[in-house]
Amino acid sequence: MARHSVLGAVLVGALALAGCGGAKVGDSSSGAAGDCGTFNLAVNPWVGYEANAAVLAYVAEKELKCKVTKKELKEEVAWQGFGTGEVDAVVENWGHDDLRKKYIDEQKTAVSAGSTGVKGQIGWYVPPWLAKEHPDVLDWNNLNKYADQFKTSESGDKGQLLDGDPSFVTNDEALVKNLNLNYKVVYGGSETALIQAFRQAEKDKKWVIGYFYSPQWLLNEIKLEKVKLPEYKPGCDADAEKVACDYPDYDLDKIVSKKFADANGPAYQLVKNFKWTNEDQNTVAKYIAEDKMKPEDAAKKWVEANGDKVKAWLAKA
Amino acid sequence: MVAVAVPRRQIPRKALIVGGIVLAWLVLWLVFRNVGTLALDASELTPLHRWINSVNDAVGASRNSNPVFLYFFNEIRLVIDEFVTFVQALIAQPSFGRPVPVIGWLGVVAIAGFVSLAVAGWRVALLAVAGFVFLGLQGLWQESMDTLSLTLAAVVIALLFGIPLGIWAGLSDRANRIMTPVLDFMQTMPTFVYLAPLTLFFLIGPASATIATLIYAAPPAIRITAHAIRSVPHNTVEASESLGATRKQTLLKVLLPSARKTIVLGVNQTIMAALSMVTIAALIDAPGLGKTVVKALQTLDVGTAFNAGLAIVVLAIVLDRVTTAATERRSLPRWAFFGGFGVTGVAVYFSYTYLWAAEFPSEVEIGSSIRKGATAVTEWVQDSLPVITNGFKDFVTSVLINPLQALLAESPWFLVALVIVALSFLIGGVRAAVVSAACLGVLVATGLWQDAMITLASTLVATILVMILGVVVGVWMGRSRRADRFIRPILDAGQVMPAFVYLVPILALFSATRFTAIIAAVVFAAPVAIKIIADGIRAVSPATVEASTALGSSSWQTIVKVQLPMARRALTLAANQGLIYVLSMVVVGGLVGAGALGYDVVAGFSQGQLYGKGLAAGVAIVVLGVMLDRLTQAAAKRWTN
Amino acid sequence: MCAVRNKQSRNGRRNRSEWFGVDPVISVGNLWKVFGSNASQVVASDELKSLSRQELMDRTGAVAAVRGVDFDVAPGEMFVVMGLSGSGKSTLVRCLTRLVEPTAGTIMFEGENILEADAKRLRDLRRNKFSMVFQHFGLLPHRTVADNVGYGLEIRGVPRAKRGERSQEVIDLVGLTGYEKSYPDQLSGGMQQRVGLARALAGDPDVLFFDEPFSALDPLIRRDMQSEVIRLHREVGKTMVFITHDLSEALKLGDRILIMRDGQVVQVGTGDELVGAPADDYVRDFVKDVPRSHVLTLKWIMRPPRPDDELDGPELSPETVVREAVRSVLGADKPVKVVRDGELLGVVADEEILGVVAGEV
Repeated sequence: MARHSVLGAVLVGALALAGCGGAKVGDSSSGAAGDCGTFNLAVNPWVGYEANAAVLAYVAEKELKCKVTKKELKEEVAWQGFGTGEVDAVVENWGHDDLRKKYIDEQKTAVSAGSTGVKGQIGWYVPPWLAKEHPDVLDWNNLNKYADQFKTSESGDKGQLLDGDPSFVTNDEALVKNLNLNYKVVYGGSETALIQAFRQAEKDKKWVIGYFYSPQWLLNEIKLEKVKLPEYKPGCDADAEKVACDYPDYDLDKIVSKKFADANGPAYQLVKNFKWTNEDQNTVAKYIAEDKMKPEDAAKKWVEANGDKVKAWLAKA
Repeated sequence: MVAVAVPRRQIPRKALIVGGIVLAWLVLWLVFRNVGTLALDASELTPLHRWINSVNDAVGASRNSNPVFLYFFNEIRLVIDEFVTFVQALIAQPSFGRPVPVIGWLGVVAIAGFVSLAVAGWRVALLAVAGFVFLGLQGLWQESMDTLSLTLAAVVIALLFGIPLGIWAGLSDRANRIMTPVLDFMQTMPTFVYLAPLTLFFLIGPASATIATLIYAAPPAIRITAHAIRSVPHNTVEASESLGATRKQTLLKVLLPSARKTIVLGVNQTIMAALSMVTIAALIDAPGLGKTVVKALQTLDVGTAFNAGLAIVVLAIVLDRVTTAATERRSLPRWAFFGGFGVTGVAVYFSYTYLWAAEFPSEVEIGSSIRKGATAVTEWVQDSLPVITNGFKDFVTSVLINPLQALLAESPWFLVALVIVALSFLIGGVRAAVVSAACLGVLVATGLWQDAMITLASTLVATILVMILGVVVGVWMGRSRRADRFIRPILDAGQVMPAFVYLVPILALFSATRFTAIIAAVVFAAPVAIKIIADGIRAVSPATVEASTALGSSSWQTIVKVQLPMARRALTLAANQGLIYVLSMVVVGGLVGAGALGYDVVAGFSQGQLYGKGLAAGVAIVVLGVMLDRLTQAAAKRWTN
Repeated sequence: MCAVRNKQSRNGRRNRSEWFGVDPVISVGNLWKVFGSNASQVVASDELKSLSRQELMDRTGAVAAVRGVDFDVAPGEMFVVMGLSGSGKSTLVRCLTRLVEPTAGTIMFEGENILEADAKRLRDLRRNKFSMVFQHFGLLPHRTVADNVGYGLEIRGVPRAKRGERSQEVIDLVGLTGYEKSYPDQLSGGMQQRVGLARALAGDPDVLFFDEPFSALDPLIRRDMQSEVIRLHREVGKTMVFITHDLSEALKLGDRILIMRDGQVVQVGTGDELVGAPADDYVRDFVKDVPRSHVLTLKWIMRPPRPDDELDGPELSPETVVREAVRSVLGADKPVKVVRDGELLGVVADEEILGVVAGEV
C-alpha cells in the first residue's frame, strides 16, 4: 500500500508540476447559476448552528439537488474560506464586528445574507435551583451579597464568575471592574467546561454563575436563568474598557461569500430566504443533542413537520 | 560560609546557597508583592500582538495576488491535497464515479493482514485483521479509513523528507547542530498555535491537516534516523572503508541496512505521533475519527467520543505492533507469501466488485454497546467520586498550586528572573544561566510574563505529580513482571487515547480549575514517565540487587538504597520527558480552566482579535519548554556524573 | 615469494639481515600521528616532538599516538606489532591504510608513498592491495556469511556469479563450509572472526592487516584461530601485519616483532632476539616470564668448543629451538655441534640446555 502511495505521490507531483503556471485558489469553486452544483456549507462548532446547517443542507439536497459539502470549522477559519472559495455560506453568525470589518468591508470577500430570524442573547446565567431559592441573585445589584457563596479554589477570596468560551468576545472583566463587583473572572476555556459546570451545579445544588448564551441546546435540558445587568443602550459598549452594561441582543444572521452571492444560484436563494425562530432551532437542536439523532434525520423530521415554512424559503427561488 | 570548604562539604554548601536564594526571594516577595508583575488582562493586547494581527491580515488579503502564494504554498497544497484525496479514494471515500471507495472493507482487511503477515508474522497479521474488523464493528469503518488515509499520507510525506534529513544529520555534525533546535521547536510548539497560521497558508481541509500532522510527526523520524546512523558501530563502518568502499557504498550497503531496525522504530514513532494529531487536526476540517470525537464533545457525549477514541487506540495498536515486529528479520515461506498474495488479490477484487465486500455490513454492530457502556461508566464516576476528589483538589490547590503561583506570578518580574538565572547558574554554570536569561528575555517580550509564570507554576506542580506517580508505579512495574504485563497496555492506550475524550469526566470530577488542567496533563504525561522509570529499575543489574538482598536488605531498603539511586539516569530522563509532555498539554489545559498561556492560545485560535496574542503565547510556551528542558538536562548531567 | 616462505620451517626463523635480501613491501619512515587541533604545529616543531607524551599533552593539549615510527616489512613476512593498550599500535595499523590520517612521515608501499595517494587511488589500494581484520569483526549484521565475505568484491563491482564462486573458495579455506547462509549473530565469536578473515582474503590482497583479531575470543578458540592464521600464512603466503597486546601470541606468530611503548618503537627483532637480547629494561621485564626454551635457539646458548670437547657428536642448526634440541642434546653422550653450511659455530652440551630449562622452573 505504501508503495502505491509513493507512486501516487510521484505521479501527482509530476502532473501538478507539469500543469504549472501557478494554480489559483478558488478557480475550482462552486456556485454556478441555474444548476445548483456544489454548495460548500461551513459548520461552526455549536449545536444551534448545526441545526441551521442540517435543515439547510437537507433542503438543498432534497429539493434543489445540490451537492452539499459540510465543512466543520471554527468561525474565523470559516470566514477565511470565503476568499478562497472553500466556503460559500456561514448560516449563523453572532455579531463578529471584527470579522465583518475585515472580510466584508476590507477584503470584500463576504456579504451579509440577512437575518436567520433567531435572536441571540449573551449574559450571565445561574442554574434554575439557585434562581428559585434565591430569586434576588438575578439582579446584579445583589451579586456582592452572594460573592462568598460563589467562591472556589480558583477565585481566592472573591466570588467566581465562570467565563471562557474562547470563541466569544467578553466584556466580563470590564463589567466586574466597572460595576464594583467582588468577583474574579475565571476562564473555563471551552463551552464544554461551561456546560459541565452548569450541569453539575444544577444536579448538586452548587453555586455557579457564568457566562452563557441562548439559543443553546443545554437550555432545553436546564432552564438557566439570566442575571439582569444594567440595561444595554446603543453605544454603551463602545469603549471596551468602560463597559458597564449588558450585552446587546444579537440578530443572528447569515454571511455568504461574495462570489456565491453574485452567482445568485438556487442555493444562494435558499440561504437568503432561510428564516425561522428560536423555537424551531431549539427543536432541531434537541433532536441532535439530546435525542442523539443524526443531523440529517433531525432535519428530515423537522422539515416533514414544517412543510409550509420550507415552501416559503423555496417559493421565491 | 567563609570557612574553607572540604570537598565533602561542597554539596551541603550549594544547598545552603539555594536555600539562601529562596529565602531572599521570599523576603523580597513580601516587600514587593504585586509590583512589576507585568500582568495583562485577557482582552488586553500589546503592540506586538497587534502587529502580528496586522501581518496576519495582510497575508490573508494578498493570498490570491502574492506570487509566493501562487507558486509556492498553493502548489504544495495542491500536490498534498491530490495525494491525500488519492489515498482516500482508494480506501475511504466514494471515488471515480463509484458510490464506494475503490477498495472496500474486505480488501482493506485482507491487505492489512497480508502486509502484516509479510513483515511481522502471522500472530500480528491475526491482530491486524481482528483490529480492522473491530473498527468496522464499532460502526466507524469510513471514519477509521479517513483517519488511516490521512495518517498514511502524512507519514509517507514525513518519511520522504524525514529520513533523508535524518541521514544528513546522522552524517554531519553541523547539520545535526542546526537541526536539533529546529526539531525541539517543532515538537514543543503547541499544535493549536500553528493550526491557525497553517490555515492561512494552506487553507482548511485535508491538505493543511496533513501538513499540521506532518510538522508534528516528522521530528521523530528525523531524530531517530540520525540517531540510528550515529549508532552504527564504528568498526563496521571502518571495516567497509578498509575494503575500499566509497562514501555512497558505505551509506547504502552498511549504514542504512545496519540502521534499518532503528529507523523502523522511527517510522513507528512517526505513525504514533501522526495518529495523536488526528483529533486536533479535526479542528481544521480533517476528516475521520477526530471529527467524531470533537463533534461528540459539543454535546458532551462521552460515549460516542470514547467509541471513536477507542478506534484510534485500536488503529494505533495495530500499526504499532506491525511496525515494531517489522524490525525483526524474518522470511515468509514462498507458498505462504504467494498464497497470501492470491487471497488478498481475490478479496480486493470482491471488495471492488460486490457491495457486501465493499461496505461494512451494518447488521453486526457493537459500537452502540461501547457507547452505552462508556456513558454509564462516566456517569457513575461523575456521580460517585466528586466527594473524594474535591477534597484532594482543594488540598493540592491550597498547598502546592496557590503558594507556588503566588511566589512566581506576584513577584516583580526582575526578581523572578534574577532567581531563575541564579539557580540556572548553580545548576548548569554560565551556559545554563545565559540560556535562561535569553528565554526570560523572550518571555518579557511576548508581553505575557504573568501568564507564563502562572503556567510555569501549574507545570511544575504537574511534573511533581507525574514524578510521584512515575516512581510509585514505575518501581512497582520494574520489580514485578506481572504488574508490568498488566499495566503497560493501559499506559500505551492512555498515550494514544485523545485527551479530548477524558476531558469531560475529569471536568465533572474537578470542575473548570487549574487543578483539572494539571490532572489532564498528568494523565497524558505519566505513562511516559512510568515506562521510563520501570525500564530504568529493570535495567539495574540483577547481581547488585542480589548482593543487596544477600546482605539482608528489606525490599524498601533495596528500592531506596540500590534500585532508585542506580536508576538515576532513568529518573532524570523521566523528569525531563515528563516536563515536555506536561508542557505539550498546556493548551488542552486551557480548555478546562488552566487559564494563562493555554487559554491565550485557545482564544487566539478562535478569535481574530486575539490571534497575535495566541501566537505570542505559543512562543512563550516553547520558550518555557526550551528553558526547562535545558535546565533539567544540565541538572541530570550534574547528578548522574 | 611463496617458495621462499615455504622453504622455511616455522621454527627455523631467519634473522633481520636474512629478511632484507629483497625490497620491503612496506617501508614506514618517521611516521607521526598527533590528535588535536594543533597537530600540524606539533610535528613541525622539533622541540615539541622531543617532549614525552604527557608533557606534550600538558603543553599543547595534543595527544601523540604514534611518534616517529620507522620499520620495514618484507614480502611474505608475518610482522607483529606488540604493545600494551595505549601504546599506539592500533592507531599505527590504521595509519598504514589511512583509516586514520597520519600527521607526518612516509609510508612506502611497493615503492609508492601512499600518503600522497588521492581518494581514488587510496580506494583502489584498499580494494586490491590491502585488507584488514578487526578486533570486533565489523561484520554486517544484516547480511549472510556469504554476503559478508563477498562484500569487498561487491563494492569493487565483481559480478554476482563470480563473487559467489570466490566467496565459496575462501569460506572453504577458513573452514566455514556449511555456514554460508547463516547470519553473523547466529555464529560464535570464533566463527565470526573466521568470516572476518574470509572477507579479508576474498579480495586476494597483497597485505593483510590484523588489529588484535583474537583478543575478544576465549583462550581455547584463540589458540585455534592462531593456528588457523599460521596455516593460512603458510598456504597463501601473504604479507601480514599483526597487532596484538599478547606477547605469547606475538612470539607464536611473528617472524619479527616490533615492540611499541608510548607511541614509539622500543625494539624490532625476531622472538629469540627479543628474549635473548632485550633492548632495555622495559623489554626485559616484558619477556621475563617467557619460557625461554620455547623461544631461544641454539645460537643463543652455544659456546665455543673447548679443547676437551669431543667433536664427533650429532649436528644441529643454530636456528633450532632449545626445546626441540633437548632430547638430542641430553640423549647424546657428546656435545652437540651447532653447524651452519658446514661451518662449526659452537657446541651445546647438557649444562647449556639445563641452564635454560632450569631457569624457567
